[in-house]
This record gives sequence, C-alpha cells and structure tokens, in this order.
Amino acid sequence: MAVVFQKTPLLTDKPFHYCPGCTHGIIHRLVAEVLGELGIGETAIGVAPVGCAVFAYEYFNCDMMEAAHGRAPAVATGIKRVCPDKAVFTYQGDGDLASIGTAEIVHAATRGEKITTIFVNNAIYGMTGGQMAPTTLPGQVTTTSPYGRDTDHCGFPVRVSEMLGTLNGPAYIERVSVHDVPHIRKAKAAIKKAFQLQMEGRGFTMVEVLSTCPTNWGKTPQESMQWVKDAMMPVYPLGVFKDVTAQPVAEGGAV
Amino acid sequence: MASVTVNEDVCKGCGLCVDACPKKIMALDAARINKKGYHAAYCVSMADCIGCAFCATMCPDVAITVEK
Repeated sequence: MAVVFQKTPLLTDKPFHYCPGCTHGIIHRLVAEVLGELGIGETAIGVAPVGCAVFAYEYFNCDMMEAAHGRAPAVATGIKRVCPDKAVFTYQGDGDLASIGTAEIVHAATRGEKITTIFVNNAIYGMTGGQMAPTTLPGQVTTTSPYGRDTDHCGFPVRVSEMLGTLNGPAYIERVSVHDVPHIRKAKAAIKKAFQLQMEGRGFTMVEVLSTCPTNWGKTPQESMQWVKDAMMPVYPLGVFKDVTAQPVAEGGAV
Repeated sequence: MASVTVNEDVCKGCGLCVDACPKKIMALDAARINKKGYHAAYCVSMADCIGCAFCATMCPDVAITVEK
C-alpha cells in the first residue's frame, strides 16, 4: 500500500498544545505542506505571534523567530530585507494582527514587503480567556461582552482583508475558511499562491483564514465549524481581495 | 483496500474526523482513554475504508496516516 496522507516533515513531532477541535492545527499543517511542496521549507523563516499560536516556533520545522505582540510584520520586514532570497512568513491571530498589531500590518502591506502573512481570524481573544476582539461579530457573547457585542458602544468588526485590499502594496489577499474538506483544499491553494507570489517578488501577500475557538465560543468542535459557516462567513465573506496576477498593470507601474 | 492509522497519543477526541468520513466508519473509542485522557478516534470497519483521507485532512492534530 502507498501512503496517501502522512504528517509532513516540516512539522515537528511535538504534539500541538491547542484545545480539541481548534483549527490552528489544520492551518499549521497547510502552511508546512505548502513550504514542502514549493521546496522552500529548508530555508523558510517564520515569525510567531503572541496569542494561542505563540508556540508556533515549536511546531514548524524551519527557522522561526518570536516577535513582540503584533510586531511580527515588522520583524519579518527586517528578516526579508536581510535575506531577500528566503521565504519569510508571519503567522498571526486576530488579537495580534487586527488589534495591537494594526499599525505594523497596514504599513508592511502598503510598503509591499515581500512577506506572506497567515492571518488566523476566530473573532475572539483565545489565549487570554475569550475577551472581545476587534474582529468579534456584532452581538457575539464574549467574557467582556456578556450581553453580546453592542456596536453602539464597541463599534464594528474590522475587515482586515477588505481594508488591505485597497492598498497598492499587496500582491495577493484572500480570505478562506477551514470548516470542511473542500474549503481546506481551497485554503491550501490560496496559501500556496501567496508563497509563490512572494518568491516571485510581487509584493505583500496575506491569507486570512476563518478559524474556530470551541473553548471560548462555548461550543463543541462540530458546532464551531457550523458557526463559522452560519455566523462568520456572512460578516467575513470568502474571496480574493487583491490579486496582481488577475489585474493589468495600471499606468505608472503601480497596481 | 485502504487503511487509517490514528496516532492515539496525540488525538484529542474532537470528533472532526468522525463527521468528515463519507463512509461513517470513524468513531471515538468510548471504552478507552489515551494518556492525555481523551477518547481517541479509531476506524470501526477498516474493510470499508476508501482511503479518501478526509479524516486526515480534517484532523487538527495531524494524528492520522492514510494508506491505500
């Protein structure tokens, strides 16, 4: 018998510390598999965030750097500018990227830094105990919005992919989901395209992945997958928000 | 003929593989717990496995190996 599926060597043997049913593990696997398939795993350099994925450096079997909270794109900028031939990526959650790290991600994107950001959006702060995040849905119950997010008081969720898609620097921005097998396959294709465009030097690339937090959402892993589909996807529609390969170069060279 | 091997020690019993399996032959072993205290997943009827690897694709802990 031939092996149809096995763990990629670009993930270490260390078991993930994530809660049962948390989709961080699926997203880790997709990134590692893409690095392997593109033949850039040996030289890739990842930047880990602060949040649930803070121990990402323990799981990816490539060089990793830990950044201060939200500052992964700034660290990745430095790494990529010193090592322009290496694949450089950041792996960040929504509390890291869309809150304390908003400045870093916006400016790395608009500078067109040739890095890839994997943005894991589960609409809540996971590690710190389920507080309301910038990405929390209107009406969503969290430990700091026990009656549901009141948009009159707390504002509206930040749609990072749409926002960054308006900038000139990004080469590729797509939002994907991993709530079922077909979407996991599409997510992998998006991550692969992002790394390919990075290695072609086309500009900043980001894949936003809708993820779950069964523990802090107070749902089973199965209910969580359904909630991504029923509640998150209407607020965060899947799609490509920037793709330089699909657009003609505008006058003046900027896309 | 296909086979599914679950690395029991890293399985957290989330059950996502159980839902993903089109042949409905994955289950959580209610009679046993692994060393982390979870009911690990196992294949109930290996003869019916088609080797699609949906279970492994869905597994958040990369605990499943599929051969065909």
